[in-house]
Amino acid sequence: MSDYTEHIYLDYAATTPLDPRVMEAMQPYFQQDFGNPSSIHSRGQKAEAAVENARERIAEIFNCKPGEVIFTSCGSESDNLALRGAALAASQQRGANHILISPVEHPAVSKTAEQLASHFGFELEYLPADQYGLVSAADVESHLRADSAVVSVMYANNEIGTINPVSEIGEVCRQAGVPFHSDAVQAGAHLEIDLSTQAIDLLSLGAHKLYGPKGVGILIAREGTPLLAAQTGGGQEHEMRAGTSNVAFIVGQAEAFSLANQEREQRRAKLVEMRDHLIRSVLQTIPESMLTGHPAARLPNHASFAFKGVDGNQLLIILDSAGYACSSGSACKTGNPEPSAVVKAIGVEEGWALGTLRVTLSHLTADDHLENFLSFLPEAVRRVRAL
Amino acid sequence: MVDGIPRNSKIAVAMSGGVDSSVTAALLVEQGYEVFGMMLRLWSEPGQQAANRCCTPESMAVARRIAAQLEIPFYAIDAKDTFRDTVVQTFIDGYTQGITPNPCLACNRHIRWEYLLNRALSLGADYMATGHYARLERTPGQPVRLLQGIDADKDQSYVLSILDQAQLQRAVLPVGGYTKPQVREIAERHKLPSARTKDSQDLCFLAGTDYHSFLARHAPETQNPGEIVNAAGETLGRHQGLANYTIGQRKGLGIAHSQPLYVLAKNVTDNTLVVGYLEELGEDQLTAGAVNWVSGPPPSEPFQAEIKIRYTAGLVPGQVSPIGADKFAVKFDHPQRDITPGQAAVIYLGEQAIASGIIEGAQTPAAKQTAVRLIE
Repeated sequence: MSDYTEHIYLDYAATTPLDPRVMEAMQPYFQQDFGNPSSIHSRGQKAEAAVENARERIAEIFNCKPGEVIFTSCGSESDNLALRGAALAASQQRGANHILISPVEHPAVSKTAEQLASHFGFELEYLPADQYGLVSAADVESHLRADSAVVSVMYANNEIGTINPVSEIGEVCRQAGVPFHSDAVQAGAHLEIDLSTQAIDLLSLGAHKLYGPKGVGILIAREGTPLLAAQTGGGQEHEMRAGTSNVAFIVGQAEAFSLANQEREQRRAKLVEMRDHLIRSVLQTIPESMLTGHPAARLPNHASFAFKGVDGNQLLIILDSAGYACSSGSACKTGNPEPSAVVKAIGVEEGWALGTLRVTLSHLTADDHLENFLSFLPEAVRRVRAL
Repeated sequence: MVDGIPRNSKIAVAMSGGVDSSVTAALLVEQGYEVFGMMLRLWSEPGQQAANRCCTPESMAVARRIAAQLEIPFYAIDAKDTFRDTVVQTFIDGYTQGITPNPCLACNRHIRWEYLLNRALSLGADYMATGHYARLERTPGQPVRLLQGIDADKDQSYVLSILDQAQLQRAVLPVGGYTKPQVREIAERHKLPSARTKDSQDLCFLAGTDYHSFLARHAPETQNPGEIVNAAGETLGRHQGLANYTIGQRKGLGIAHSQPLYVLAKNVTDNTLVVGYLEELGEDQLTAGAVNWVSGPPPSEPFQAEIKIRYTAGLVPGQVSPIGADKFAVKFDHPQRDITPGQAAVIYLGEQAIASGIIEGAQTPAAKQTAVRLIE
């Protein structure tokens, strides 16, 4: 079992393998059409065409304008650009210095907001979340202030899978004239997002959660959203993100989003069926287990649990040594046990908070792989509890 | 194949990023065992710059890289709380009681060969291997015997002599059959890093501070000044806390005297440091408790053996008298100058470590007591 290729991979929210069709789409741009899109010559023009074509495909999928699509190096960079760029611009243009974020954000958002507070004079306020990690539009409305610079609420949570009512939250923000950012790195892999009807001013996306390459991401910044560039230089990406375009990866990203968009319904149907079976089975076969996150409003491939009296890291290690790759809320390779901010925010009881497990599926996950996992998991939990 | 370890066994290797445990893993992989690496994260004092020396982020990264190179899984295991509660607390308690505890023994017994071993077994391991320089002899139907490593300079059977049979049966010590230069050669052959870092004598959890200041922070009562007296009870000066002195110490006493003075004993009850002349130093008997008879019950009669009274001490001859199953006494052939309560006394018959006990006390030879009295 120590051969990694024999592992049953159930950690698709962490990352996914490259779809062969994506790889094929990327291939020409490494050696053949290798030009710099900023160059005048025809090699450069060919690369530029590829990047702009990718931009149009993304705009089409999300129902926005190509000029609103900014290619970045990853979802975290998109979050950084959105938060820092919107906060600094709002501060400069209207003296706003209040930042409002949910307590269940990815660190790419929360750490950026914390830095804006500690080093740039912003006041950071956390919104409440309920036991499922849900943030309500009413709470956003009551916390919004005239001097709010930016609001950030995650679209769907990476640890517990909960999908937030971002459309309603966006409306509330739009009414108040405050830019609304949503980290949709997880959501973008599964959910249909239509920016012509959803009031989201800044949307972060990444390719590697949906069978695209790592090292490339997107920030969609709607027209009229004040944004200060985080990375300055040669003026690429509408002056918002300088740096030579990563052509092959940008092309691969567009291909991955196109495929996800085309196959969304088939993928979702398969995923939801497997996910619900998984959740039922775990809760039935493992004593003192609970589902974390929302039972219905959750990502179609996402199941997350807490087990009483279990060290989540030990559980992951036992699963890995038996050939199953999963994750936890406190996933930390250094082995330092500490409940995650999300687990703390949703108020998981002490005694349960370290015992989290995240199982995330692919539409390609084989039924028998899932069954093998489900038959071993109770034994793994017993073993950790016996330590 | 390692002697007595079946071919299809799954073996966990306790890795440190150092050459010995890296070679341990490489040898077992080479011999076809199913191997995975584990590394402990241990406690160090909060707020200190450096991490625990046994598991710095750098050494963790090296161990990970080596595991990747050997294509074996690698797991970091957090043991900070239990390390703090057992090893560090034992260290603090020991000094508070006026003894000189050996935290490495406590770590091997409670952390490495209990906490980590249990986790290795829960991962399906049949055995756990470490990079210790000692050998195990397995004979079917017999207890496992613990032998010194081939490399006499590196022998670590002393720290493993606290293991019981259940632990030894799970243990695999591949480098014990090699010398350190041979281990370095194996590392080169496998292209493993084998930086010649100097082995530090500092305790791993002190993280760059010295143990005096550590104790001052965690057990301030060990730093209470008191009187320095001689065997006759005369006050010769003041000491700065008993924990700061070791038996046999000459320098740093701060007393002007016609002849050099040495620390003879530490009396916790009245917080006095007893000093005396060189000829008063040295005892020829010790008693030890919490005894572990490594490979079976003790002999019923006293027997001649060789004894090691510190990790860095040589073997010295003496007669061992078991007292029940839990204690023994040693009468050395010649007086020893640094019998230190809290350290382990390990008994060897030839190359076999047969028992270890924690030194509880030492007795001055009757003849010398008389002689000293005559001088006075």
